[in-house]
Amino acid sequence: MTALVSIAIVAPLLAAACSLALRSVPIGRDIAVLAGLGSAALASLIMLATVARDGTHTVAVGGWAPELGIVLVADLFAALILPVALTIIFVVEIFAIGQRRTVWAANPESSGPLLCVLTSGVSLAFLTGDLFTLFVAFELILVSSYVLLTHQGNRSQVRAGMTYVVMNLLASTLFLFGVAFVYAATGTVNMALLAERIPQLEAGVRLGIGAWFLVVFGTKAAVFPLFSWLPDSYPTAPTTITAVFAGLLTKVGIYSMIRFHNLMGMDDLGPIMLLVAALTMVVGVLGALAQSDVKRILSFHVISQIGYMFMGLSLFTVAGTAGAILFLIHHMPVKAVLFLVGGLIENHEGSSSLDRSGGLAGREPLVAVMFAVPALSLAGIPPFSGFVAKLAVVSAAIDQAETVVVVAALVAGGLTLMSMAKIWNEVFWGRPADGPRPSPAPRRGRRTMHAATALAVAGTLTVSLFAGTLLDLSTEAAEDLRNPEAYIAAVRS
Amino acid sequence: MNTALLLAVGGLTAVGLYLLTGRSLSRIVIGYSLLGHATVVALIAAGGLAGRPPIAGGAALEDMSNPLPQALTLTAIVISFGLTLFLLALARRQRTLSGDDLVEDDLEDRRIAAAEGSGEAGAR
Repeated sequence: MTALVSIAIVAPLLAAACSLALRSVPIGRDIAVLAGLGSAALASLIMLATVARDGTHTVAVGGWAPELGIVLVADLFAALILPVALTIIFVVEIFAIGQRRTVWAANPESSGPLLCVLTSGVSLAFLTGDLFTLFVAFELILVSSYVLLTHQGNRSQVRAGMTYVVMNLLASTLFLFGVAFVYAATGTVNMALLAERIPQLEAGVRLGIGAWFLVVFGTKAAVFPLFSWLPDSYPTAPTTITAVFAGLLTKVGIYSMIRFHNLMGMDDLGPIMLLVAALTMVVGVLGALAQSDVKRILSFHVISQIGYMFMGLSLFTVAGTAGAILFLIHHMPVKAVLFLVGGLIENHEGSSSLDRSGGLAGREPLVAVMFAVPALSLAGIPPFSGFVAKLAVVSAAIDQAETVVVVAALVAGGLTLMSMAKIWNEVFWGRPADGPRPSPAPRRGRRTMHAATALAVAGTLTVSLFAGTLLDLSTEAAEDLRNPEAYIAAVRS
Repeated sequence: MNTALLLAVGGLTAVGLYLLTGRSLSRIVIGYSLLGHATVVALIAAGGLAGRPPIAGGAALEDMSNPLPQALTLTAIVISFGLTLFLLALARRQRTLSGDDLVEDDLEDRRIAAAEGSGEAGAR
């Protein structure tokens, strides 16, 4: 088990080093990247099976006691989310290999190794059991994302990159201040020890810390009103990179909130958070309706959907947290697939702008199907995974009689469907746009891209197929988070 | 808690945040490094009063200063140093592309500004 935890974090880093060394040998480079990402994904799947059977497993790095050293904790929550995230990165990298010869591709020499570093950061962020290591993991993710976003150095990337970098640097600085506050108040940064000590602090200090980290993680997660950096920066990156960002980065913020605010018992912040959740859902989807570019529409939906997960968390009940976890599992693949389909649209139509495309369903029926499944899932139409996840979150809110947020969730759901229908109308139906069409990717690359997207669509269908099992696991994970005694005991032993 | 350190944190944060709100990336870089210093001082202040070097056998346990915040600070310094360099590289790239290092409006702002401009033109 210790080996599995290490592989998930270290294998991608090793792969990054190898692929940098093999920079001039394209095949060796690709094999190194795929091997690193693949082995991490495989390790995380085995980890899930082991944790589901044997319970939480902890690794004390270097054998230090939890008061002094770094502890990695593979509890059910981490083990559930990690395989989803790592599998997505692996599939996106396959897509990226197929996309190579097009003008929309990322530069393979730099994007491969950087994606590996990002993967390692994601694994570390999910598995870490202490607040400062979480900060380091965030930095690992962010630094690679800064470079991935701007690595081609064209004008729009640098313009969007500046806002993105400065915004996230500020959030990281606030994070570090938060660590200092927490350490001054409690004398530790270990989350299990914090879960014991923070609830004993006086209410003002406790809620101050909770609100501070709400801002820190909320900026990473792009909740209202801290989302403005997202829709401007995401669409400028190459498709594969946007797919990884949209699928994972904001979710790491939500993940950290679900873990931190539940473990530390910040239930008193619930009412404010519910209001923020309602605003996030509605404002995000209204933003999406105003856009006329596939990638920008999808970026605004990232914000709107974050609202649902935030809503589940803000209820501070087992059912709500379980809903939020299930929503995470559903949302990560769905969002990544939608951006991959956005990449396919770019490839076939020459642009992701709604005005300059049309009639794609007739020419590429497969692409239309691969768009329709995740789009309906995003809007929450049965029998797709989005329906199950939304049902879990909304019914948890109805149990608590939180009418406002339930109404907001339903309105946002309807508007999401409208916005997906808009993409469908403009891109897949209607008449093809006039003007010269660019030469699409070579046939072999196109096949790889289609295969990778189809694989990801199959993944989202798997989520809806096993929704019952996943909801049970999520509920179990949520119970562990709401009652941290078992978590504390596992770290202390 | 040491009042001098707290005042230093407050001052550095205030100046850093002010510079961060500017448009020129070189000012932002300076603002960011000041904010980085502020966090370092805050972490050190969180570790309690200063004491003897924390080396095993070097001093009595009560006289030692707390080594953990120092370890955290070192990590934070390295990260902020690397990111400062990245910001500078970004500023240089922006300068080659556009001749200055100013942060430009985002797409939405420009669209709204353009729509307002045309609306006014129509009214006239």
